[in-house]
Amino acid sequence: MSGARIEELVVISGKGGTGKTSLTASFAVLAALSGSAVIADCDVDAADLHLVLAPRVLERHGFKSGHEALIRNEDCAGCGMCREYCRFDAIGMVREANGIPTFAVDPISCEGCGVCVRLCPVKAIDFPDRVCGEWMVSDTRCGPMVHARLGLAAENSGKLVSIVRREARRIAEEKGKGVIIVDGPPGIGCPVISSLTGASQVLVVTEPSVSGEHDLERVLALSKHFSIPAAVCVNKWDINPEMAERIEKMACGAGARVAGRIRYDSAVTTAQLRELAVVETDAPSAEDMRRVWINLAR
Amino acid sequence: MILAVASGKGGTGKTTVAVNLASVYGAPVQLVDCDVEEPNSHLFFRGTVTERETFAIPVPHVDESLCDGCGECGRFCRYSAIVSFGSNPIVFPEMCHGCGGCMEVCPRKAISEVDKRIGEIESTRLEKITLIQGRLDIGAAMAPPLIRAVKARLQEGLPAILDAPPGTSCPVITTLRGADLVVLVTEPTPFGLHDLKLAVEMVRELRIPFGVVVNRMGIGDNRVHAFCAKVGITILLEIPDDRRIAESCSRGELVVDALPEYRSLFATLLWNIRELRGMEMGVSNVRSAN
Repeated sequence: MSGARIEELVVISGKGGTGKTSLTASFAVLAALSGSAVIADCDVDAADLHLVLAPRVLERHGFKSGHEALIRNEDCAGCGMCREYCRFDAIGMVREANGIPTFAVDPISCEGCGVCVRLCPVKAIDFPDRVCGEWMVSDTRCGPMVHARLGLAAENSGKLVSIVRREARRIAEEKGKGVIIVDGPPGIGCPVISSLTGASQVLVVTEPSVSGEHDLERVLALSKHFSIPAAVCVNKWDINPEMAERIEKMACGAGARVAGRIRYDSAVTTAQLRELAVVETDAPSAEDMRRVWINLAR
Repeated sequence: MILAVASGKGGTGKTTVAVNLASVYGAPVQLVDCDVEEPNSHLFFRGTVTERETFAIPVPHVDESLCDGCGECGRFCRYSAIVSFGSNPIVFPEMCHGCGGCMEVCPRKAISEVDKRIGEIESTRLEKITLIQGRLDIGAAMAPPLIRAVKARLQEGLPAILDAPPGTSCPVITTLRGADLVVLVTEPTPFGLHDLKLAVEMVRELRIPFGVVVNRMGIGDNRVHAFCAKVGITILLEIPDDRRIAESCSRGELVVDALPEYRSLFATLLWNIRELRGMEMGVSNVRSAN
């Protein structure tokens, strides 16, 4: 391990669609000016950062997590014990041939706990590894990027998030990069917790609405719970200036600092259509984003 | 009919569609906020909570007088929620999925289950709408059990609109299971299109009929429409990009109240949903008749 300190900035939002990814892409471009950053897309469920940063994939790794129960029909005695003990309603009776029922596991509902495997009296249940998605190491115009794709309806997004962050840190140490910029998932649950534990700082991007305010309050409580310093930025603040002010007051009251405001700007969508970060265009809000970036470094 | 409003991408207008649809529904309807990490539907209604209950999941409790430290529970647990190093095991309740396996495998029957609170469920009765919502506690990681509990409050025979969390992973799947129809809300941007494709893959896997609402029409381009046309997806409604809609939502107002000219838009959506549902039922009747 290198001795230099690595700053890890996690961009989250509580509420979805507040502009997290557009802002993260701009941060990546700004950080690249000093050639210092590694980028990690931890919104593994609906990753979008690659649509702007156009990564060239260098490595691709399967993400295996946990196991999946599979009943061997030919060995099943039809006792139904598996179904009785399954807490996730993942086992259904499929058909009854000559009075003997057959059971099957629904892979989407199965949480891979192994209870049925263990309790089956005739050992008719296999328990293979489950492939849940993939993670990639790529190169972008802003430096190295680690990103992932969670398989459909797959479990354990928190674990995949941890892998993405671990790899980003490994690359940062190896290449002597001082900053990791993480695009986090929405919400406050398992993937968000995995995204922010142990980070240097979180930036919460919110919008001036009753929903934005409500969700910010909860996500700030979460970062406090894990003792991570938080900064707040109100995007599209001019949609409701009074609400923007109220939100900033609330954020300060909750122990966060205000990192700036970003104006409502239709050129943000235009930039996205051109696969560019906002700060790579002459969009009016680019200036606001630059200011937020400078404030975060303070 | 159980109707779920979902989207791959967050912030496309799921809650806006769900709450406005509920208010033009006409008949008694249950509005169920399944986004238990960040429930927002209640912000659009004034009413007092009529019922509130806490929700807990079962987690293991070890009776140390019976435990001999054999470690079988820790070897069994797939979630590292119970760990034993030749001594009494340590339980990490926030990791526990509540499968009950440790209790089953313990040779000395030293493990029982105790309740651990992870959130609460609230019901609010409004004029024609019954709002049911779950709220996950801060720091609790596991949303699906709470979502299942929220859905268990649904009164059978009464129509329901489910406001889903964003994304395509376990909390969304848990919400969509059992729904008759899904409305996928998107916006005509590259992010919107990319996440719509993921959501389409998901609902197809779940075999639930669905249609699309394109919100903020006018921003972006026509790639969402081209995609829907190409793969044969019904577009149920287009909502124009009107700054006044964003402003009324920001104040917690229903669009259909603040901007009455949009009332007919949401009524049209309801009409189109019913028509799509009718078509799907017709098709499945034909299928089952064959």
